[in-house]
Amino acid sequence: MTLSALLSHWMRNKVQLAMVLVGLTLATALWSGVQALNAQARGAYATAAALVSEDGAPRLDSATGQMPQARFIELRRAGVLVSPVVEGRVTLGDTRVTLLGIDPLTAPPGTAAALADGDLQGFLSGAGYAHPETLERIGATDMSPAPSQAVPVGTVLVDIGTAQNALGMTGQISHLLLTGPAPRPMPDGLRLSQPETGAELAGLTDSFHLNLTAFGALAFAVGLFIVHSAVGLAFEQRRGLFRTLRSLGVSLRSLTLALAVELALFALLAGLAGLALGYVMAAALLPDVAATLRGLYGAPVPGSLQFSPVWALAGLAMAFAGAGLAGGQALWRLWHMPVLAPAQPRAWAMASGRAMRWQMLGAGLLAALAVALGLFGSGLFAGFALLAAALLAAALLTRPVLALGLALAAKAARAPVLQWFWADSRQNLPRLSLALMALMLALAANIGVGTMVASFRATFIDWLDQRLVAEMTITPRDAAQAVALEDFLAPRVQAVLPLRQVDATLAGQPGAVFAMRDHATFRDNWPLIAQVPGVWDGLAAEQGALINEQLARRADLWPGDSVALPGAGEVAILGVYPDYGNPLAQAIVTEGWFDSLYPGTPTRQLAIRTDDPAATRAALLDEFGLSAQAITDQAQAKALSLAIFERTFLITGALNVLTLSVAALALFATLVTLSGLRLVQLAPLWAMGLTVRHLAGLELARALVLAGLTMLLALPVGLMLAQVLLAVINVQAFGWRLPLQIFPADWARLALWAGLAMLAASAWPAWRLWRGGGGPLLRVFANER
Amino acid sequence: MNVKVLIAALLLAPAALAQGFAGLGTDADGFAVPEQGRALQFPRDHGPHPDYRIEWWYLTATLQGEDGRDYGAQWTLFRSALAPEERDGWDSPQVWMGHAGLTTPGRHFSAERFARGGIGQAGAQANPFTAWIDDWHMTSTAPDGADAYSALQIAATGPEFGYDLRMQAQGPLVRHGDDGYSVKSAAGQASYYYSQPFYTVEGTLDLPDGPVKVTGQAWLDREWSSQPLASDQTGWDWFSIVLEDGHRLMGFQLRGDQTFTAGTWITPDGDATALPDGALSFAPQGTARVAGRDVPVRWRIDWPEQGLALRTEPVNPQAWMDLTVSYWEGPITVTGSHQGRGYLEMTGY
Amino acid sequence: MPLLALEDIRKSFASAEGAVPVLQGVSLDVAAGQVVALTGESGSGKSTLLHIAAGLEAPESGRVLIGGQDMAALPDAGRAKLRRGTVGLVFQQFNLVPSLTVGANLAFQARLANVHDAGFCTDLAARLGLSDLLARYPEQLSGGQQQRVAIGRALAARPKVLLADEPTGNLDEATGDAVFTLMLDLARAQGTGLLLVTHSARLAGQCDRRVLLRAGRLA
Repeated sequence: MTLSALLSHWMRNKVQLAMVLVGLTLATALWSGVQALNAQARGAYATAAALVSEDGAPRLDSATGQMPQARFIELRRAGVLVSPVVEGRVTLGDTRVTLLGIDPLTAPPGTAAALADGDLQGFLSGAGYAHPETLERIGATDMSPAPSQAVPVGTVLVDIGTAQNALGMTGQISHLLLTGPAPRPMPDGLRLSQPETGAELAGLTDSFHLNLTAFGALAFAVGLFIVHSAVGLAFEQRRGLFRTLRSLGVSLRSLTLALAVELALFALLAGLAGLALGYVMAAALLPDVAATLRGLYGAPVPGSLQFSPVWALAGLAMAFAGAGLAGGQALWRLWHMPVLAPAQPRAWAMASGRAMRWQMLGAGLLAALAVALGLFGSGLFAGFALLAAALLAAALLTRPVLALGLALAAKAARAPVLQWFWADSRQNLPRLSLALMALMLALAANIGVGTMVASFRATFIDWLDQRLVAEMTITPRDAAQAVALEDFLAPRVQAVLPLRQVDATLAGQPGAVFAMRDHATFRDNWPLIAQVPGVWDGLAAEQGALINEQLARRADLWPGDSVALPGAGEVAILGVYPDYGNPLAQAIVTEGWFDSLYPGTPTRQLAIRTDDPAATRAALLDEFGLSAQAITDQAQAKALSLAIFERTFLITGALNVLTLSVAALALFATLVTLSGLRLVQLAPLWAMGLTVRHLAGLELARALVLAGLTMLLALPVGLMLAQVLLAVINVQAFGWRLPLQIFPADWARLALWAGLAMLAASAWPAWRLWRGGGGPLLRVFANER
Repeated sequence: MNVKVLIAALLLAPAALAQGFAGLGTDADGFAVPEQGRALQFPRDHGPHPDYRIEWWYLTATLQGEDGRDYGAQWTLFRSALAPEERDGWDSPQVWMGHAGLTTPGRHFSAERFARGGIGQAGAQANPFTAWIDDWHMTSTAPDGADAYSALQIAATGPEFGYDLRMQAQGPLVRHGDDGYSVKSAAGQASYYYSQPFYTVEGTLDLPDGPVKVTGQAWLDREWSSQPLASDQTGWDWFSIVLEDGHRLMGFQLRGDQTFTAGTWITPDGDATALPDGALSFAPQGTARVAGRDVPVRWRIDWPEQGLALRTEPVNPQAWMDLTVSYWEGPITVTGSHQGRGYLEMTGY
Repeated sequence: MPLLALEDIRKSFASAEGAVPVLQGVSLDVAAGQVVALTGESGSGKSTLLHIAAGLEAPESGRVLIGGQDMAALPDAGRAKLRRGTVGLVFQQFNLVPSLTVGANLAFQARLANVHDAGFCTDLAARLGLSDLLARYPEQLSGGQQQRVAIGRALAARPKVLLADEPTGNLDEATGDAVFTLMLDLARAQGTGLLLVTHSARLAGQCDRRVLLRAGRLA
């Protein structure tokens, strides 16, 4: 009874109802969508970890990167429980995949899970397993693996013998997994490590997920603004009804309960819709997220979404929590409302200067916290805490700063209409401030993330040009072919620069040591961000090594320091090079030294310098008989790298647009719910001789001015955000630091978008005002009696 | 279900499971089949027979420690072939599995190992005889000219135990069934089966509380076949018993729609008499709750024709081999018409 | 020629039972400096007539002439211009601009009409007793003070006609009388024609002329 009386309000105010539902739906959708993405990715890491690292089984590595198979037999016969693994990259179809060879008989249980219910005999005689997505990508090949969800995307799991044959590693193994107690003492030439565990991958990708979560939380908060304003208004508008119901004898308890039930009903409806929408959104974004994670971290994430009931429950819970948060204030006020409180909306009333002072105090405290975190904090969490504090401070400052700007403008204004315009805008700030805060945050996030991405892109393209100087790169099928190719090419081209690498632990981090031939190609082009004088001569003279920026920043190692390389002991660091897009530590030593440290390491790739790439290519294909897929030319490589880059930040762009849209919707909701109130304020002006059209125009102009001012405020906040992302978050998350670059054209575009969003949000109320003509305004006077 | 279970199923489980395993047919796959009348040859047949589907070297020892307690030790190497041949390297279709057990009156230890043939991690060879998987091995210590099995050393380790035992044969090899051709069902499934039941043992057990010197008696079984069981057979109860008067008795029943029994009566000199289906009868006398199931750990064995009526008691009723494929295997003491010691293996419970 | 002439004004409102006639041919003149009281029961159409006179609402038939100018002939912008400078409006609910100070409210309409005279405005404020309140905001004033601001705002633009809809309806009797007297004095001093809606016979008695609206017609 009570409930139906309450609900009838919504039937008459369908727009308000829509706002509550849309706001809550969007908030739930964005939040739970992001959660679904995170959960999917984390699940994939766990799969990868179970297969590759055997639920954390320790690993025995040889100092030289590989070891003869006899070593495995020798250890087993000595009672050391180890299982051999052969790992390498191969081209299947025209896709590069990781070929993972295991011995199912000695492998830890995790690996065997991939073969559950499988055909052991088939596996031992060459059949493999791969994730369905990998299968889709590689298409039909000689090796046609069976589908298995337990294998990470991008990996083909085969028997160790099959892998050895395919990789040209007969009699060789990559490393051993320890399935029993560690041998004491450790056999010569072997090192125990805990590499590439799922925890490690999760650690690397944590920042990315934290990022997504932050976006989700931001969107959720912005969505709650919408709900809060709509529920608040509905409450005010129903004060009269509450009063009537109370006078009719409905107890306060049952009235409050009825309102709570109403709110729960909304939460349920919107929560379900939000889950559906969130699922769709996550499914649409997942391929890009997966591509990002693969591109940035090599994390194998499948591109298809799985549904989880836990996720759905959590999403619903968030919807209920959100509804409670947004509607709690209204319930509280109802509980404390005297029976005969006046129906006039006083609670929407103005601007207590007191609230503003509290906001400024809060902003000051948060800003101080942000500064303190910037000065003394370290680590990813501190970085994000800094961001959160600074953004919140900026959000709290939105209203005071806008109020100040409008006051100044009002002082400068001479014409009466303008004077009124500024004064009125200022007076309406409190009602709009929540939505404007949302807009400010969305804009600042856009500027910050946009600046970060654009800075990154500019640096990355520059770096690609320097790094990719070789006209073509060849991936030999095996070690023997690499040797043959080098012999074949040496007389035909200017230079053949082989790439050899061994996996290694550098300063306690997983990584690799690379060989570099002393050649002008590198001396002239290889970018360095720090170096000792005569770095290239020193490198050629085996005086030291180059390390990548990731290693330098994480371990705080710079030229003048030293790093331990397997088999070489402490080696001087001669220079540090930027190495974007690679999560692992790297060191480079000159080729000759590398070969003496790690003899027998096969060449993985050959970089070719040639004046006539077309002729070289033709020679390779026709005379040498190389498959075209083994050759990558420079343009292809660049295009590929850039494509990966662009896809990497596609998700960021998508979330930016979503956040901005939600902010615009918040504004729209606020403006629509306020439009009734505005009539009262505008009617005297109309009576005094301003036309309705003029007033509607002013309403639009006000929206634009507020958007403009908010944009101006968002600009420094956004730049601060970008600076923190580049100097703190990126360094912590990826291990590289980039210079901040300014892209005013992007800001102009964003300002345009903000203006359009604001126009879109205010257009309907303004249009309604204009179309309504004098009638609704006249009713303001008529209502007086 | 994982790989090892599949392998173990192949090796140990009843035929119903084994034949249900995808990709493995029966003898149409080219495996050799035991033939009646084919004489065993030594030392050749001490070594592996890769053209047969399954094979094992199975040694059980009843032991007494210096501390006066009873112990039991088991060392087994199983071979299972995916194809009737041997190839070098990872291409080898031969799969090996080792089981080691050690029973004390209070505890039972077990461990398992898996390996592929062809790479050297596991295998067996006739001359000089050795069979191994990882660091576990059974190696002949017999002087030149003597039968390889007349003196053996075995060793195995698990996470909590280990043993190193030396065996000295006090009698000849014994062929079961028809000169080594042992029928396993009424339908005619059969294997080659011979034993060395006359070992005396000495050696050391490694237990969590420290090493224990032991002496005792041991029994080696050698068996290979391509058709392990009939499809209705669900498990077996197998006994090897050394009586105080010097006689040995090997007897088993294969449980199925119709129980099939067989056995061999061995005189102290090594003369063997095959006991046909139905000659022996096995009756459970009491069960114990072991690993969540009821296992008949007390038995009565009757051979009315000979006036033999034996009762068996386990040294430790909890002798459960808690491995990828699990079963009961442990030392027993024998009373009744004769006194003695022995080993009991029960599968399919 | 009268400052304000209403000729045969007709107006009806839509209701569930069809069109309900409110004004059924009302004609009324207000001359310069003349104070006319319009009285009638609640719902008799007093306010509607006043809104039509101000050009806020259009009649179904009949003419509204202000200074001889036919309202109906003017476009929306022209009518708005007329409201800015020629017609002043005072409402029961005051309807001040809440975001502007008292001083700015007082000067607002005059400045809109581009006839602002600072000296006149100051003078007006003094006569209205608002001199000390100019920096305040409307919500900080009492009802009587607010209505004085509203009257001052209307008169500061020196309109030819002042239309007042129950200007004292929300005030207590003493305050209402004071505000009423002040309005009358100022209108007379400026030669402004004043059409006043009231249902107070006492106040109507102080006016030059008194008309009664009953059943849509002037009695």
